[in-house]
Amino acid sequence: MSQSTVLYDTPGPRARRLYRIIGALTVIGLIVLGYVVVNTLADNGQLEYEGVWEPFVTPAFLEILWGGLLDTLRAAVFAIIGALIFGVIFGIGKLSEHRFVRWPCWLIVEFFRAVPLLILIVFLWSLYSLQLDRSFQALVIGLVLYNGSVLAEVFRAGINAVPKGQAEAAYALGMRKYQVMGSILMPQAVKIMLPSIISQCIVALKDTSLGFVILAPGLTTVGRQIWRQFGNYLATALVLLVIYLVINLLLDWLGRWVERRYTGGRRLDVSAVGVLGEQERLAQAQVEAARQTATMGGSGVGGTTG
Amino acid sequence: MDALTENWDIILEGFLKTLQLLVGAGALALVVGTVIAMFRVSPVPVLRRTGAVYVAIFRNSPLLVLLLITYYGLPQLGINPSFYWKIVLAMGLYTAAFVAESLRSGINGIPLGQAEASRSLGFTFGQSMTQVVLPQAFRNVVPPLASVFIALTKNTSLAMSFGIAEAAFRMKGLINDYAADRWTIFIGIALGYIIIVEAISLGAALLERRWRAER
Repeated sequence: MSQSTVLYDTPGPRARRLYRIIGALTVIGLIVLGYVVVNTLADNGQLEYEGVWEPFVTPAFLEILWGGLLDTLRAAVFAIIGALIFGVIFGIGKLSEHRFVRWPCWLIVEFFRAVPLLILIVFLWSLYSLQLDRSFQALVIGLVLYNGSVLAEVFRAGINAVPKGQAEAAYALGMRKYQVMGSILMPQAVKIMLPSIISQCIVALKDTSLGFVILAPGLTTVGRQIWRQFGNYLATALVLLVIYLVINLLLDWLGRWVERRYTGGRRLDVSAVGVLGEQERLAQAQVEAARQTATMGGSGVGGTTG
Repeated sequence: MDALTENWDIILEGFLKTLQLLVGAGALALVVGTVIAMFRVSPVPVLRRTGAVYVAIFRNSPLLVLLLITYYGLPQLGINPSFYWKIVLAMGLYTAAFVAESLRSGINGIPLGQAEASRSLGFTFGQSMTQVVLPQAFRNVVPPLASVFIALTKNTSLAMSFGIAEAAFRMKGLINDYAADRWTIFIGIALGYIIIVEAISLGAALLERRWRAER
């Protein structure tokens, strides 16, 4: 980060010395913090092998964890595929010229974006009479509805981001509407949308952890099985955290790479969660656009939250 | 409808708890998030790196797993705050990462020329900060911060699985008791959340309009 910012000038020799001192103090502070953490862990017997970390080096438990990871990934993959389909349909629906198509699409998208995912999942599960073997479906359907609604906004904004002249030229060539959409607008929009889609994958993957509440198969439910047996709550939760972190950081990195590779740092921001009005969304896009020009080539920001 | 009308008092109580969580976690997130954002825009490389690591970790962790750590994990270290604080701690630290990102983008969104112009007018660092940079930064930050708080509102529902009787918890209980009415219960509770969410985005829109008029 050598680019200049609005906040401070290029440092002179005195400022540089000051920065080095602050830097050194921070490092010392972090080391002390790390020491305190490790010490607290050790004092409370959290660093012992037996009964705490043992399950995570035992093949049988690693297998269970691996199974949980596969279930989690399965849920995330189904959710993303479903959400993409949902997003395309409702994103295009929201752009329809017909009010009777546009309006219901708008309502559905706004509703599922505004409602907490967890109550949606619990409700869906209750429709299955709370059957345990249906909890996976409830989780995946919930994820599809929520992430699909967010992606619908992404698609709509992505299509709107393609310069208007493109569609006009295609119509002038005599193309029909579905041809304009399918062969002109969508291919260009997808390129702009890719980073947003990848950050939505992170959101979906994080949200698979909600399966915990309805006992859906997946990492968090497996975690509950492990600590039920060993009582090693902290160690188990930390292992789950690390697994999620590793996958998400890889996805994050992939998103940035795609962003650099395919969009030249241009980024579409429709990660606004909830029911923001058109005006706010526009303003947010402006902020994001402004940020991009200010920190050209800086690191991209992932989607807001899940 | 009976399920809602007969139980409106516990539903209201549930939403009160939701708001309590929102306020507690929101305040913590604002404080920690502001510190992290200052780290991230500071001229000291170590601080910038620290802020970046914080954001990367908390933005990519599932909130539920963080809640597992504070709720079940902290007591194992002999740290035993009340239920409410355990939930607020995880939600606040998680949300802080997003607050920090919003603030940072708001500050970085100001064109460099603004600072250059104020410097060339002879403003000191303090003057250009308070007169030129920060007022614009606040305005830039309103819409993204509003979406962070909207997301937090929805995330408070996760407290349900940790024995906090907030709105989502009440919904689950009511669905168990009045299985036939589950559609009404769901729509009713959902509307409650939508009202909170709309209130936040309305507030943000008003703030923005007011600040825009001063431009």
